[in-house]
Amino acid sequence: MELLLPLTVVIPLAAAFIIPVASLLGAKRGWPIGEIVALLAATALLIVSFATFASDIPITTWIGEYKAGSELLGLTGRPVPAQVAGEGGAALPGGVVVDQVVPNTAGDVAGIQPGDAITGWKVAEEGESRAFQPLGTMNELRRANAMLEPGTRVLLRVQRDGQTLEIGIRGGKSVVGIAMVCDGLTRLLLLVIAVVSFAAILFSLSYMRTYTQVHLYYSPLMLLIAGMCGIVVSGDLFNIYVFLEVAAVASFALVGFGVESEELEASFKYLVLSAVASGFILLGIGIVYNLRGTLNLAQIAEFTQFAERNDAMWLAMAFFLAGFGLKAAMVPFHAWLPDAHPSAPAPVSAMLSGVLIKASGVYVLARLVFNVMGASTAVAYTLMTMGMLSMVVGVFLAVGQWDFKRLLAYHSISQMGYVVLALGVGVEVLARQREMTVQWQSVAFLAIFGGLFHLANHAAFKSLLFLSSGSVVHRTGTRNLKELGGLRGRMPWTSLFARIGSLSISGVPPFNGFFSKLLIVIAVVWAGHWVLGALTVLVSFMTLLSFTKVQRYLIEGDLPVRLHNVRESPAPMLLAMGVLAVLCLGLGLLLPLYGGVLLKPATNHLMQLAGYAKSVLGG
Amino acid sequence: MIHTVLPFVLCVVLFIIGLYAIAVKKNLIKVIIGIIVMHNAVNMFLVLIGFRPPASGPVIAPIMTPEMGHRDEAVRALLSHSVDPVPQALVLTSIVIGLSVVALMVVMALRLHQKYGTFDLTQITRLKG
Amino acid sequence: MRGMTPIVKTITALLIGFIMLFGFYVILTGHLSPGGGFAGGVICAAGLLLVVLAFGADTVKERMGHNMAVLWEGLGAIGFLAVALLGFITGTFFAHFVPHNLGVRLFTGGSMPYLNLAIGLKVGAGLFGAFLMLAAFREAERGGRDKGEGDRS
Repeated sequence: MELLLPLTVVIPLAAAFIIPVASLLGAKRGWPIGEIVALLAATALLIVSFATFASDIPITTWIGEYKAGSELLGLTGRPVPAQVAGEGGAALPGGVVVDQVVPNTAGDVAGIQPGDAITGWKVAEEGESRAFQPLGTMNELRRANAMLEPGTRVLLRVQRDGQTLEIGIRGGKSVVGIAMVCDGLTRLLLLVIAVVSFAAILFSLSYMRTYTQVHLYYSPLMLLIAGMCGIVVSGDLFNIYVFLEVAAVASFALVGFGVESEELEASFKYLVLSAVASGFILLGIGIVYNLRGTLNLAQIAEFTQFAERNDAMWLAMAFFLAGFGLKAAMVPFHAWLPDAHPSAPAPVSAMLSGVLIKASGVYVLARLVFNVMGASTAVAYTLMTMGMLSMVVGVFLAVGQWDFKRLLAYHSISQMGYVVLALGVGVEVLARQREMTVQWQSVAFLAIFGGLFHLANHAAFKSLLFLSSGSVVHRTGTRNLKELGGLRGRMPWTSLFARIGSLSISGVPPFNGFFSKLLIVIAVVWAGHWVLGALTVLVSFMTLLSFTKVQRYLIEGDLPVRLHNVRESPAPMLLAMGVLAVLCLGLGLLLPLYGGVLLKPATNHLMQLAGYAKSVLGG
Repeated sequence: MIHTVLPFVLCVVLFIIGLYAIAVKKNLIKVIIGIIVMHNAVNMFLVLIGFRPPASGPVIAPIMTPEMGHRDEAVRALLSHSVDPVPQALVLTSIVIGLSVVALMVVMALRLHQKYGTFDLTQITRLKG
Repeated sequence: MRGMTPIVKTITALLIGFIMLFGFYVILTGHLSPGGGFAGGVICAAGLLLVVLAFGADTVKERMGHNMAVLWEGLGAIGFLAVALLGFITGTFFAHFVPHNLGVRLFTGGSMPYLNLAIGLKVGAGLFGAFLMLAAFREAERGGRDKGEGDRS
């Protein structure tokens, strides 16, 4: 089981580097090695992401060794209440009786023996004036120890055979390893990434024939997948940054793949804005490290629970919101997306719009806001504002577009606004600690559930739409809606899939968009934000408007003269789109079947806020 | 206090200069230089937060042998006065990442010059709306 | 790309061995003193660039061309992943699978020297390939063959 998490990253990374080597070595025989390896890697990733569902508990894999402060102490024990009389008749004050001392740990070196009762502790440097603090459970000692500097001397008041001793032990925190964590949210996103990557690679098998330099394509695509899997799997703040950059650099190369002038311009704008975002994120990471002394997400979450809040965390949170908001294409940081996503080849657009803005933007924001930095009303209002602005601005700018892929890109901004709005409402409800009744908890649950459900749905139907646009471009050579029309006769399957995608995104039952939008609207209104709920419905209506226009100009209408000879797209492209279309239908109708396995643990793991630390570090 | 604050002030000033260059300048190359300056400011910030004040007396570096563990005072004294190595590892990674991003940007700027014939951002606007 | 004067060519031919040797030294003792895979790889790449600059790209194209750089880069990355996965022999991902302890000897680094070697190979080949990409623009602008999208370093 421990092998699974590294495998999610290693499989695409290995594929990314095996492909150029193998295609160089085998180029003379003309085998399509790149495509075969890519398809194998995508299948393997799909299997691995399904395998992570085998157990319910969060999986934590440590790279290297992990010795928490507790293990360095090497003590396990059970609490003893104050009234129990020990051997020899003397009454013990409340404390912890040591059961086991692991050899060669700090506890062993200090001379603690099994059977000792620890009744108090204090930090040695504080001198005689500070009294011993009472100890209830061993977890208290561990938790307090985890917040001390490494190497701090801790004095324990120990009762052994009726005597009271003071034993100095070398404590303090230390994480000597890097964590990879897989909890419910990670499993959901891994599955989304795996499915969309599989569809995109299947699609690229025949789509990339129209481009030259195909052997340069699969390698960055695999790097993109590896980067995104690494982001969702890593439990360490800096690992997130590294994998974010891997995915971003791979996506720069892919966006500019067609080396036409427009694609280069789009890629350059995307590059500059993404580099600015990376600068902000790194600055935020520096501030967090300075305040907390650790980069491990779980340990920072522990600090959120127990230590006092520092005002500089707000600055770090602001930088994170700016940086990851830019990656997630929130307004006002959305300027790169309408240029970058249409310019990429269609399967790359599907990956970018379908998973990259989620994995590197919304996922990290959710993880940081809910689990690590703590929920607060200021952050909640910021998220809600960003979400609302994205929704509205995205859809209003999308209605007037005639370029099919640019329209889809603007709708990506809008739908991401839905998700961020839902998450923001959840944060706002959770931040109101005083009124945390069961009813408010269910409001928060519904909001977060709706947001995550919409995230998964959006991956499905947006990738489907982008792939169908790619199919149209492949056969007709244009993506301008004014030049298309009446494709239902000549390209029946593509039209069917495009129609399914359009109906899904507009929120028409029985497709999946309807259910997730309904949940979000209900949650927003139930939380008391009537205006936002009305805006959400309005935006949904405008989306329907926009996609009615798409369907009218793409599928209905008369076939232009110059398109009279188009044929249907080749089979792999249709198969990829078919998989996503089946998902669009199934994700909505089969929610009761899979919701408990897929979405409920994700929501619960987000809602436990800083309890994340306990599930990762194991108490 | 001026000794501890002034380097951070420099970081902030460099960061703002970098952001200004990215936001205001019209030449592609100046935008790239702005990004480099901004990344350098962030890297410098990361290195600065790892700084620990030097020890007052002589700190004798212990010779590390396999038998030493948590026990020795010399190790503890050394560790408490030496600079934190974690931000330096972060900065190394960040420099490498910045290198690859800047290399990609320069290649793309060269290509743009090839296609559009100019480095001026106001004229490289074929994508609109 | 033309080469340089015979003086430069002779000096380069004499010095290249020492440059690569120094680069390998920095890679191998990465776990003991500053340096390691990335810095050593940069030094090796600089040495290779010196050869390309001095002798001209046309002369060295068939032996040290772009394909070579891509091949060694991929091999370096595969080696890195292989060492990381081999750590599962003794426990977790990336664990040391040869003994390591706190010494200052060459072989006490656990799996770190192998990782350094793999990274040095990858960085050296990658930077060299990136430079070839940049240098090839001059050829393309003068009407040479087009080389496709930029680098993947």
